[in-house]
Amino acid sequence: MGKKLKAVIIGPGNIGTDLLMKMQRSEWVEPVWMVGIDPESAGLKRAQEMGIKTCSTGVDGVMEYIIKDDIRIAFDATSAYVHAENSRKLNELGVIMVDLTPAAIGPYCVPPVNLSEHAQNLEMNVNMVTCGGQATIPMVAAVSQVQAVDYGEIVATVSSKSVGPGTRQNIDEFTRTTAGAVEKIGGAKKGKAIIVINPAEPPLIMRDTVHCLTQDTPDQVAITESVHNMVAQVQQYVPGYRLVNGPVFDGNRVSMFMEVEGLGDFLPKYAGNLDIMTAAALRTAEMFAEKTADGSIALPARNSAKTIY
Amino acid sequence: MNLNDKEVILHDMSLRDGMHAKRHQISLNEMVNIATAMDEAGMPLIEVTHGDGLGGASVNYGFPAHSDEEYLKAVVPKMKQAKISALLLPGIGTVDHLKMAKDCGVSTIRVATHCTEADVSQQHITMARKMDMDTVGFLMMAHMVSAEKIVEQARLMVSYGANCIYCTDSAGYMLPDEVTEKIGLLKAELGPDIELGFHGHHNMAMGVANSLAAIEAGCSRIDGSVAGLGAGAGNTPLEVLVAVLNRMSCHTGIDLYKIMDVAEDLITPMMDHPIRLDRDSLTLGYAGVYSSFLLFAKRAEAKYGIQARDILVELGRRGTVGGQEDMIEDLALTMAKARI
Repeated sequence: MGKKLKAVIIGPGNIGTDLLMKMQRSEWVEPVWMVGIDPESAGLKRAQEMGIKTCSTGVDGVMEYIIKDDIRIAFDATSAYVHAENSRKLNELGVIMVDLTPAAIGPYCVPPVNLSEHAQNLEMNVNMVTCGGQATIPMVAAVSQVQAVDYGEIVATVSSKSVGPGTRQNIDEFTRTTAGAVEKIGGAKKGKAIIVINPAEPPLIMRDTVHCLTQDTPDQVAITESVHNMVAQVQQYVPGYRLVNGPVFDGNRVSMFMEVEGLGDFLPKYAGNLDIMTAAALRTAEMFAEKTADGSIALPARNSAKTIY
Repeated sequence: MNLNDKEVILHDMSLRDGMHAKRHQISLNEMVNIATAMDEAGMPLIEVTHGDGLGGASVNYGFPAHSDEEYLKAVVPKMKQAKISALLLPGIGTVDHLKMAKDCGVSTIRVATHCTEADVSQQHITMARKMDMDTVGFLMMAHMVSAEKIVEQARLMVSYGANCIYCTDSAGYMLPDEVTEKIGLLKAELGPDIELGFHGHHNMAMGVANSLAAIEAGCSRIDGSVAGLGAGAGNTPLEVLVAVLNRMSCHTGIDLYKIMDVAEDLITPMMDHPIRLDRDSLTLGYAGVYSSFLLFAKRAEAKYGIQARDILVELGRRGTVGGQEDMIEDLALTMAKARI
C-alpha cells in the first residue's frame, strides 16, 4: 500500500497515450494527470475516458495539484523547446523528470546500462536518448563490458509511418544524439549512428544493426554470453526485443542484428522504436519507485505533504 | 527522337558512385588524375564523395581510403573549369558535413532521400540554399512510386529551396517510357524555373536510352560515369552518351576523344572487376533493388553460401530501400539458417 509513485504525463500525443496505457498496468507508478495545451485534443479526451485527470493549460495549469496529489514523477513527451521550463518548474516542487524529448538537460538513461546508478544518485532529470539509442546502446554496452570497444556503430531502420514530423525536421539531432550516447553510455571510444526510413507496406518492424570494433581480438564466448544476458534484461520491459542474428565475429568486428516489436498498446506493434521509448521511460520511473520503497533513496522532502508511506 | 540543338549538362559519377565499385578505395592520386583529365575534356560537373555520400564512412557502407574532406581538398583546387558536387543522404550525413563540403569549395550539393521521404531533407536543403549553393533534391528509387508521388515529393524539396530535382533510377529498373512519364510530369508541374535531372544505372542496359528519353522530356542535367564506373552494372557510360548526343547534335561541351581516353586509359585499368551486366547486376535491375547492394550480396554469397541472386530478389520482395546494406548479411544469415 502506498508504494506506487504518482505521476503526471505532459503531452497527450501518441507517445503520451501509449505511456499512459503501459502505466495503468504498472505496480510501481500510478498515472494521475495528463497535461496538454488543447482542450479539444483527442489525447486529453482519451485520457479522461481512461479515468485520468486532465489539464489543458500546460504545466502551469497543474502546478497547484502537484503537492496536493502527491505527484512525484513527471514524463515529458512534448518537445525540446518547452522541456527546460517544464523541468525547472516541476523539479522545484521535488518532482523527478523523465525526459522523452531530445532536450537532454539531464544525463542519458538506458535502463539496463545505467538506470540503477541514476536512481541511486536521485537524478532529478534523466533523458531517454532516442529510440535508436534505447534499442542499440544496450548491445554496445554488452560488448564494452567485456572488452574495450574502439568504435561502435548503429543502424536503425524504422517504418515511415512511425517517424513523426519532429524527427523528420531535425533528423541530424537523431544521428548526433545517438552517436554521442553510443560513446557516453555504450562505452565505445567513437560512436556513429545511421537512421534509414522505409515506407514498405505493411510497415516493417523496427530493426537495428549494431557493429562494434573491439580494440583486441574479441573474446567470442564472453561477448556472446554478455549479449544474451543484456537481451534478457531489455526483454524485461520490451518483450519484443529480439536478437535475430549474431553476434557475428569477423576479425575485430562484432555485429548484432536486432528486431524490436512493440506491445501494440496505443502504437502499432511495428513501431517498436516508439514502444521502446515509452517502455524505457516507465521502467526508469519504476526503478525510482522501487528504490524509494526499499529505502535506498529518499524522495525530496515535502513539508505540506501528508502522505503516509 | 529529336534532341537537335538542345544543351545538356553531363554530371560525372565515377568518383562517387564509382566508389561503390571500388569499395571506396580510390586513392587521392587516382581521384586527382581522373578529375583533372575530365576537367580538360570539358566535363562541367564532377561528384566527389564517399559512395553513400558525405559521412558515409562506416562499417555498414565501408570505410574509404580517405575522408571526404581529404578527397575534396585534393580535387577542388585542381579544377580549371569543372565544378565539384557532393552527395548527402540525411540520416547518414548531417549539416556539419554539408558545411565542411562548402568550405572545401563544393558548389553543388545533392540532398538524397528515398522517393517518399523528402521531408527529411528540409534542414539540409534549407542550409545549402542559405549558403548560396546550387541545391539539388535527389529522389532515389523513383521506380517504386507513381509519377504523381514523385511530383508531390519534389514539391516539398522545392519548397525547402531546391533549384533542381532529380528523378533517380537507383535500381536501374526503369524503361524509357517510365522516364518519359515521370520527367514529363515533373516538367509540367514544376514549371520552367526548376531544373530537372536524371540519374540512371545500366542494370537493364537502359542507361543511354533512358537518358535520351529524359533529355527529350525536359531534363537539363544527366548523370553518368565515364567508363560506367558505378554501383551495379554501373551508371550510364558517359563517353558513349557523348558520342550518341554528338550524332544527335545535342550539345554537351565535352570533347569526345578526350573523354574516351579518360575511360580507356585511366578508369578501366583502375577497375577491380569489369563493370558489366552479370547475372547479379541484371537481377538488380530486374527486381528493382538498390544498385550498391551488389557487392555486399556477392560477399554474403561467398561467406554464407547463399546465391547473391536469391538474396537480391528477397531484398526486392521486402521493399528494401537505399541505405539498408545491413539487411544483406542479416538476411543471408537467416536464409542460411533456414536451409539447415
